[in-house]
Amino acid sequence: MKPLALLAAAAAIAAAGLAHAQTPVRIGLLTTLSTPAGYIGEDERDGFLLAVKEEGGKLGGIPVQVLVEDDALKPANAKQTADKMVQDGVRLFTGINFSNVLVAVAPTVLDAGGTYVSLNAGPSTYAGKNCNPGYFSVAFQNDSYSDSAGLAANELGYKRMVLLAPNYQAGRDALAGFKRTYKGQVLAEIYTKLDQSDFSVELARVRELKPDAIFQFHPGGAGINLAKQYANSGLSQSVPMLTPIYSMDRRMLAAAGNAGNGYYLTASWSADLDNPTNRHFVDAFVKTYGRVPTDYAATSYDTARLIGTGLKAVGGDIEGKRDAFRAALRKADIQSVRGKFRFANNQHPIQDWYLLHVEPDAAGKLGYKTLKVIAPDHVDPHAVDCAM
Amino acid sequence: MLLFAEQTLNGVQYSALLFLLSAGLTLVFGIMNVINLTHGSFYMVGAFCAASAAAATGSFAAAIVAAVLGAGLYGFVVERLVVRHLYRRDHLDQVLATLGLVLFTNELATIVFGRSPPFMDIPPMLRGSIELLPGLAYPTMRLAFIGAAAIVALALWFLLLRTPIGMLVRAGADDHEIVDALGVDVRRVFLLVFVLGALLCGFAAVMSAPLLAVQIGMGERILITAFVVIVIGGVGSVRGALLGSFLVGMSDAYGRAWVPSLLAGFLPAQLADPLASSLISASAYILMALVLLFRPFGLLPARI
Repeated sequence: MKPLALLAAAAAIAAAGLAHAQTPVRIGLLTTLSTPAGYIGEDERDGFLLAVKEEGGKLGGIPVQVLVEDDALKPANAKQTADKMVQDGVRLFTGINFSNVLVAVAPTVLDAGGTYVSLNAGPSTYAGKNCNPGYFSVAFQNDSYSDSAGLAANELGYKRMVLLAPNYQAGRDALAGFKRTYKGQVLAEIYTKLDQSDFSVELARVRELKPDAIFQFHPGGAGINLAKQYANSGLSQSVPMLTPIYSMDRRMLAAAGNAGNGYYLTASWSADLDNPTNRHFVDAFVKTYGRVPTDYAATSYDTARLIGTGLKAVGGDIEGKRDAFRAALRKADIQSVRGKFRFANNQHPIQDWYLLHVEPDAAGKLGYKTLKVIAPDHVDPHAVDCAM
Repeated sequence: MLLFAEQTLNGVQYSALLFLLSAGLTLVFGIMNVINLTHGSFYMVGAFCAASAAAATGSFAAAIVAAVLGAGLYGFVVERLVVRHLYRRDHLDQVLATLGLVLFTNELATIVFGRSPPFMDIPPMLRGSIELLPGLAYPTMRLAFIGAAAIVALALWFLLLRTPIGMLVRAGADDHEIVDALGVDVRRVFLLVFVLGALLCGFAAVMSAPLLAVQIGMGERILITAFVVIVIGGVGSVRGALLGSFLVGMSDAYGRAWVPSLLAGFLPAQLADPLASSLISASAYILMALVLLFRPFGLLPARI
């Protein structure tokens, strides 16, 4: 036998042996990799795969195979992909970033008896009376980033505020969440167009109203536009800006330049959080991918490691021992990069929310500084409606 | 009163952006009878070239050159490789081909420039604001935008009405078969018009890049509004594009400024807010419907 053929035969035998020992657990990871929001999916995928890589292709000691698919931010596409994966026997899903995509996919997974572990999107759909034993949200429930901002506004002493959000479901939800906890006076709620790129008119209105501060929710390009124009109009010198982290994430901050300076943000995680897991995670992520991780990557890393605890508890048998698998997930038995982390009855997190401030570091580069815990052990408002 | 003046300036600035984008679009559509969805991609290419040049050299002048040349060059390549085969095809083929180009350009930009939106700063001499009236300070960058667009509009008027090239373009718009028969290579005129449109996109891009996010797909959003503008103004007419830009830009600015408070005056808040935001979102289309009702060929059509 030629050496090469010998090697191939050996490899085949070894592979067959391994396969016999344990077929890897397949995990469907659908996320947004194309479209301008593609950077979000990249960070989510990379954060998740970092945890897998650190264990040498395993999670919780169980070999896993992560099937990464792009949903192109289209609910119908994502549902089709999920349908196909379910037919192929995949029973464990994660990855989706956008709530509208998630609510299209989750029923497919849950109806097939599968488990969905969300690493970002947390629509109210599965947080209240339709909470589901097969559905976990590791990152947050969507209301939390805006109602924690309301608490932050109270704390910062803002008495009169103007609220801005695009006129679509998530925008209206963000303002509703903010108003639920904010105790001061709302001078105006300004709804912008979803695809709006120029905010000069709205900023002129804000100047006329002379509020103590602005709360706004504009993720992605719109948020960068708003930041640049807010700084250019000179408004940034007199009226502070308060937003959820998703309206000024790390990539947006880089694109907005100095315009992001001085922003107050609410977040459940920050790269400077001082706990051993987080220090390890940030170092490893920077070393592996050459960039500082975002919140998206952080919660994805947690999600992968949480799935690891479940797999370990059932030896990878997520179909036969499904309930034991879910019970193990429910324990939230991980050292989270966010510090304290456990699940409420609706399988959404109980966690601290932090107030961050954008300011230059010693080298003059803009970054996030964690000021304080703004909402300790925060639970979303829908948990009370969940019967689990 | 000051607020009114400020909102007027905001409207004029938005109109100026719309004009720079729609002038080329209306010429291509009106003269060559080509629906070119790639027009928005030229704007995006210009913005990415501007941001890259500014990052590499730190000079705004270099950014202007890079944006205009980049968009113009891309326009040239697109015309030579794809669009020239579409002149005699029907509109559906043109839409399909140029939509494909839009998707292609987006992916190409992702591969070349990456997915993170690059940053472009306002050049030092255009930072800050100028006090136009006591109590009315307006950002210098936006004033410069309005000024630059006005100069471009004048130059375009001169080019089209006072030069031999402009005469050919107008003749081509009128009846390109006769122009052809008179021994003028009308294809060359088409190429010129097409590249001119792309150049204008590049210029619009470099002027707006310091105020806007430079990102994949930024052209498609504004392209729809640009189409509304040329339909209102009359297809093929640069004057129409100017008028249409002003109508759309000003109604958008005034609408966003006053419709919410106006409605809140006589409607309960839970009714006024969603109604106002829907009205604002639809304002350009309502305007278009009204214009088409009375002037089916637009306000200033090139040909009757």
